[in-house]
Amino acid sequence: MRAIVRVTRRPEIADPPGLTTGRALADLGYGEVAGVRIDRVITIELTTVSAADAKRRVEEMCERLLANPVLEDYSVTIEP
Amino acid sequence: MTIAVAVFPGTNCEMDVVWVLRSLGAEAELAWHRDVDLAGASAVVLPGGFAHGDYLRTGAFARFSPIMAEVERLATAGRPVLGICNGFQILTEAGLLPGAHLANRDLAFICRFVEVEVVDTASVLTAGTQLGQVLRIPLNSYEGNYLDPSGRARLVLRYLEPNPNGAQDGAAAVANTFGNVVGIMPHPERATEALLGSDDGKVLLEAFVRAAVTTPAPAGGARSGVSVV
Repeated sequence: MRAIVRVTRRPEIADPPGLTTGRALADLGYGEVAGVRIDRVITIELTTVSAADAKRRVEEMCERLLANPVLEDYSVTIEP
Repeated sequence: MTIAVAVFPGTNCEMDVVWVLRSLGAEAELAWHRDVDLAGASAVVLPGGFAHGDYLRTGAFARFSPIMAEVERLATAGRPVLGICNGFQILTEAGLLPGAHLANRDLAFICRFVEVEVVDTASVLTAGTQLGQVLRIPLNSYEGNYLDPSGRARLVLRYLEPNPNGAQDGAAAVANTFGNVVGIMPHPERATEALLGSDDGKVLLEAFVRAAVTTPAPAGGARSGVSVV
């Protein structure tokens, strides 16, 4: 079983690397770029049997370590 | 009473801090991050560097190092706790100071002297300064862009020049409500001898040493149930 964790910067929090990447894309001629946010994807291999257990445990990992609650939100997807 | 200077894997400013604290008359000893007992320490400094490689986020792993339970105990008991640069980032990750740090606004590692202005003297770091006093101290960081959506941080030092890194309200140093826990992004320990270009950091660390000596030991242990922020 595998968990895909996506950690995203809250919309109201600045994302300097995303802003800079957006400006660089505009400089390269991609005028349609209206905004860029750089997220983090964490893939966790699990020995867990139950998907519900896996989700609960990985959400706990997010709360404790993988995301900073001041800055970030997260989502967890469990794959077989 | 000893000031403990915490060392995580990747900390690199600990000897500078020990050197300065001793030159100011304090007893200062290194404390490895796996130390679980700081019973002999009256205060603690978390120095700069790249604790645990700054992996995931700055300070994200350091906050789980065994020594942090002791740092929290000292902070909650009202003892002086100072985080410098990466140490400041560890204190926010640990929740001992509100807020968090982002990459600098211009995505540049900043390594130069900056001027900061004292805006609050009621902290263990700024107790020896005057309101409005200007200090020249080196800044040396990539993730110094402090923000505090909660608004609970007490600004104690503010960048005087145009904001170098995008920090909220130009925050160069912030304190908790009680003023005993302070995080500072520039490095006062690198500005303690005129030979190094400035000795403006001395007045800050002198105040910290004084607080470490004079802060009364807590009666009845930690103030349990009292939020340190």
